[in-house]
Amino acid sequence: MNDVRFFEIVDQPIIIEDLIHKVASREVGAITTFIGTVREFTGGKKTLFLEYQAYPTMAEKMLREIGVEIKKKWPDARVAITHRIGKLDIMDIAVVIAVSSPHRKTAYEANEYAIERIKEIVPIWKKEHWQDGTEWVGNQLETIRYPAGKPIAKGESE
Amino acid sequence: MIQILFFAGIQEELGIDRLEVEPEGIYTVKELKGFLQHTYHSSTLQQSMTAINENFVTEQEKIKEGDIVAFIPPVSGG
Repeated sequence: MNDVRFFEIVDQPIIIEDLIHKVASREVGAITTFIGTVREFTGGKKTLFLEYQAYPTMAEKMLREIGVEIKKKWPDARVAITHRIGKLDIMDIAVVIAVSSPHRKTAYEANEYAIERIKEIVPIWKKEHWQDGTEWVGNQLETIRYPAGKPIAKGESE
Repeated sequence: MIQILFFAGIQEELGIDRLEVEPEGIYTVKELKGFLQHTYHSSTLQQSMTAINENFVTEQEKIKEGDIVAFIPPVSGG
């Protein structure tokens, strides 16, 4: 069990089944998976492909931190997260989150919490490639600002 | 010597992904940002968060010899 890596940044296609296996156990009655895929149209604009970059060691560290936050909020949840970086085509899988728990409610809630936190604190960036140009995403309306100068620390949200 | 890492938009704007500087007269993140701003005229640096040795810090955080300082533009993973 020691060499199972629950929180990973990879540059190869993600195999969803692998994450399910990481969180499966005899005590579990529910496993939720979130699969983030590359969308072709954003705001009516056609994306050709995406390029993801990470600060890999810190990104894995922050994913582990999300795992710690989840353990605190939902002690019986078990989480595995893999995020892919590099060039991704439309419909490719960028991120997979698997959460298991004895009952489904926790698995659903903790899974949603994980993706929201990824979008706040994990140093990963995507670059849109369109027909007529490129842009590192981060100045969009959906981007969360940090008036305090840093992301919300664990346990502070909600 | 401190090591500085740049990512995404900042990396592209400055044309470099890392930099080593002798932190003479630079004691805080705010001062380092000011120094880089002055040297590189970056328009994206000010909106970035900062991590020292992979921990998010505020602009008041002190910088020590040997630190790895990373500028983290608004993230867009997922």
